[in-house]
Amino acid sequence: MRADYFESNDTGRLKLFQSLRLDPPLTMALLLLTACGLGILYSAGSQNIDLIFRQLTRLSLAFGVMVLMAQIPPQNFRLWAPWIFLLGIVLLTSVLVFGDVGKGAKRWLDFGVVRFQPSEMMKLAAPMMVAWFLADKPLPPSFKHLAVALILVIMPTMLIAKQPDLGTSLLIAAAGFFVIYFAGLKWRVLAGFAVLVAAMTPLVWHYMHDYQRRRVLTFLNPENDPLGSGYHIIQSKIAIGSGGLYGKGWLNGTQSHLDFLPERSTDFIFAVFAEEFGFIGVIVLLALYVFIVIRGLVIASQAQDSFGRLLAGSLSLTFLVYLFVNVGMVSGLLPVVGVPLPLVSYGGTSMVTLMAGFGMLMSIQSHRRLLRQ
Amino acid sequence: MMSRTLIKDLYKEARIFNIRAIIAALVAVILVSLLWGRLFQLQITEHAHFDTLSNNNRVRLMSTEPNRGLIYDRNGMVLAENRPTFSLDIIPEEVGQLDQTLEELKSLITISDNDIRSFNKTLKRRKPFQSVSLRSNLSEKEVAVLAVNRYRFPGVDFKTKLTRYYPMGSSAVHVLGYVGRIDEDELQNVDASQYNGSSSIGKIGIESYYEKELRGQRGYQKVEVNVQGRVLRVLEETPPIAGKDLILSIDAGLQSTAEYAMGNNSGAMVAIEPETGEVLAMVSMPLYDPNLFVHGISNKAYKILQNTGRRPQFNRALSGQYPPGSIMKPFIGLGGLDASVVGVNEEIFCEGYFMLPNEERRYRDWKRTGHLDTTMKKALAESCDVYFYQLAYLMGIDRISSFLNQFGFGKRMGIDTTSEQSGLLPSREWKQKTKKTIWYPGETLITGIGQGYMLATPLQMAAATATLAMRGQRKQPHLLKSSRDNQTGETVAYQPPELKPVTIKSNRHWSNIIAGMKEVVHGSHGTARALGHSLTYQMAGKTGTAQVYGIAQGEVYDEEGLALKLRDHALFSAFAPIRKPRIAAAIIIENGGSGGHVAAPIAKQVFDHYIHKNYGNHAR
Repeated sequence: MRADYFESNDTGRLKLFQSLRLDPPLTMALLLLTACGLGILYSAGSQNIDLIFRQLTRLSLAFGVMVLMAQIPPQNFRLWAPWIFLLGIVLLTSVLVFGDVGKGAKRWLDFGVVRFQPSEMMKLAAPMMVAWFLADKPLPPSFKHLAVALILVIMPTMLIAKQPDLGTSLLIAAAGFFVIYFAGLKWRVLAGFAVLVAAMTPLVWHYMHDYQRRRVLTFLNPENDPLGSGYHIIQSKIAIGSGGLYGKGWLNGTQSHLDFLPERSTDFIFAVFAEEFGFIGVIVLLALYVFIVIRGLVIASQAQDSFGRLLAGSLSLTFLVYLFVNVGMVSGLLPVVGVPLPLVSYGGTSMVTLMAGFGMLMSIQSHRRLLRQ
Repeated sequence: MMSRTLIKDLYKEARIFNIRAIIAALVAVILVSLLWGRLFQLQITEHAHFDTLSNNNRVRLMSTEPNRGLIYDRNGMVLAENRPTFSLDIIPEEVGQLDQTLEELKSLITISDNDIRSFNKTLKRRKPFQSVSLRSNLSEKEVAVLAVNRYRFPGVDFKTKLTRYYPMGSSAVHVLGYVGRIDEDELQNVDASQYNGSSSIGKIGIESYYEKELRGQRGYQKVEVNVQGRVLRVLEETPPIAGKDLILSIDAGLQSTAEYAMGNNSGAMVAIEPETGEVLAMVSMPLYDPNLFVHGISNKAYKILQNTGRRPQFNRALSGQYPPGSIMKPFIGLGGLDASVVGVNEEIFCEGYFMLPNEERRYRDWKRTGHLDTTMKKALAESCDVYFYQLAYLMGIDRISSFLNQFGFGKRMGIDTTSEQSGLLPSREWKQKTKKTIWYPGETLITGIGQGYMLATPLQMAAATATLAMRGQRKQPHLLKSSRDNQTGETVAYQPPELKPVTIKSNRHWSNIIAGMKEVVHGSHGTARALGHSLTYQMAGKTGTAQVYGIAQGEVYDEEGLALKLRDHALFSAFAPIRKPRIAAAIIIENGGSGGHVAAPIAKQVFDHYIHKNYGNHAR
């Protein structure tokens, strides 16, 4: 029945999706989410229509990239994976050497015309590389293969953490790790990892930058520094909490419209949404995210080969991590790490990367059918 | 380990993956449920808490200052009003380069180092985005210059507010007092809901005494503000209640006539309507301009005021405690008649000095040759010292003290303003308590002519004279005539407290004393006879010349040769017309010399002005 999906629904729209090699449920969910995102952004950005146009331009570009990626057969991703990864590592290294300093961290490469953030590319390249490496190995992976896979994850993670960009490095570590998890990492080993990570926490603390430590401390007790670094999280919790069950209504959030909520168009946009649409709105929005994640996992489980399966599974779960880290941070469950609310926060780079990832998912889904035919 | 196959088992891999995908999906649902749980906690369980915090963020209670009540004189002339003034305020957060902006502003308007200093001081204490005042009381020209250049200065703005203005300038300054910026100590002692650090408060005089009435009630506005504190809209409003207008008993015309008449002298004058106790004029010279204090006086100007030697801020009418000198004689005389130590027509021989039994010391009369046979009338008219030495000697200090006490000497009159002093009425007990010695009979003698320990304020002298005019009826001297509530339009007359009258055994004695005082002005030998010729009404008066500097036995007082500040004070007390007293006054000219020559003519100008204006040229 699964196989007959396209053949039994011979409507024009589905044909369009089919010819663009897009997955209809996923595409619809993404369109719905980004539309919601524009609505919130309109409110968060104080009804600045220019902001909406700029975001719309980025979204169009991102959807364009998604469609483009969907056209590329997954075998090609597999073929390119090592080269893209290698390029990524080289670029990350050069960022550390020649990179532009923005907000106290070296993240950008300036090519004169374009400024480019190699860590964004690595968000896709890292899981691709690990999937490439493990795909032709017998699974579950042996200890040796596991070690190599881990090194492949740790390399870019460390390079990005050095920039320093804790949020992105965590996302990349997660993406790589998810590949290993889907490859069949033994539960015992997984538990061992958890213990290891816990044991390494003091070490990580030691190597953290001051501002990162401050964030953690602030997270543990935001009221300690209500006007300094705790301010974001306090105001964000007030915004969410004051929204109540039904919210204050679209464009009526006082925390956001009276400027109490900082970075409300970017990292803290979820608080704006929660303030204006309340708990009911939050349930619906998170459900939409869950739908996208589960649809991604379904695509993964239907994939034809290990590479596609591992990559698709990893990309889906990474999307979940984005969501969890962002909402967790905004609601005061997690420390403040600069992770945007995926596909909603104002900003371009991560959106293009995410949509490229969804493009890959759709490629894995759509090319499978074509192969069979 | 060795048994594990190295061949890829595709079905097994797919199966493992599917299981893991299902677990992943479950984890996804669990994690999102965790978020839901957290959001449920924030939005449902703790909603009320965060709702309050959110309102605290956006809703601010702002106070609006009430309009201060106006002050009028008895004829409806404005003595204190409120005028809109412009101040220059800066929100430092909205200014790019603060130092540079200050420099540029300096080139447009005058900004003193003092302004900069107090600006920097408030800068440190304020909340973020709160505006700080740089200059107050901008002139119209400065406002115009700034308005034209305003586009150059983001974050710089004018504010208008009503500030106190005294249209008569320095006139009546000691009556009105002034308002100024509230200071830390005052802030501790006032109702915190009615004042803040930038409020004005009455510092002295009527402005201070009737602060509560003049102040009114603050209004409140609940406003919605953004994070910068900028007011976006008003949610709720309680308008302020303006302070009450005060109508004073002061006659502004009389007041300025008196001030003008006193010229460059230092001194004081208090004029009272005897029938009511209403103070018609209260002058203390020199004057100063209360408007200097409204916007905060500069240190330099304040130092000049404090150190000019003549101390203009010292309210001589109420705080000045002077030896009353011969002004006391009518009261001693009345006491003597009442105590029956002397008959009204009894003659006492004055040979130019008085000696106590068994004492060598001579207590001199001002007239070296003596007044010879002297009756009460003559003693008052010519101000014979020996007559009153004798009277005092016969009465003794105890009777003098308790008699004068009835007129209010030696204690505060309780006038409705600040700075009143009590003067000093000496007594045997007082001396024992403060000087730890017994009372000497010689001290009784000089008390009889208002010298020695005795001190009185000009207000006390004027009030006692009014009591004389009213033949013992005492009225509480007061400055407030009525107050008007601007909300209700209701006018409430001031009710002075009732005072116990001065009682004497025979009321004829009042007439006898008044007859003596009439002789001072209208008699052929009266010490103020120069006045009598041109008076259109009858005046009863008494001159006084109070010694500041003790003259040794045998020494001759040489007015020309003495340093100015050691010269005698010139005093005069009077009331008129005699038959129906309309005005009673006491005047002192510091170091003026002779009361009859210096103080009395000034009093005449004041009386003439008042009586002619109010009761016609031929008032009797």
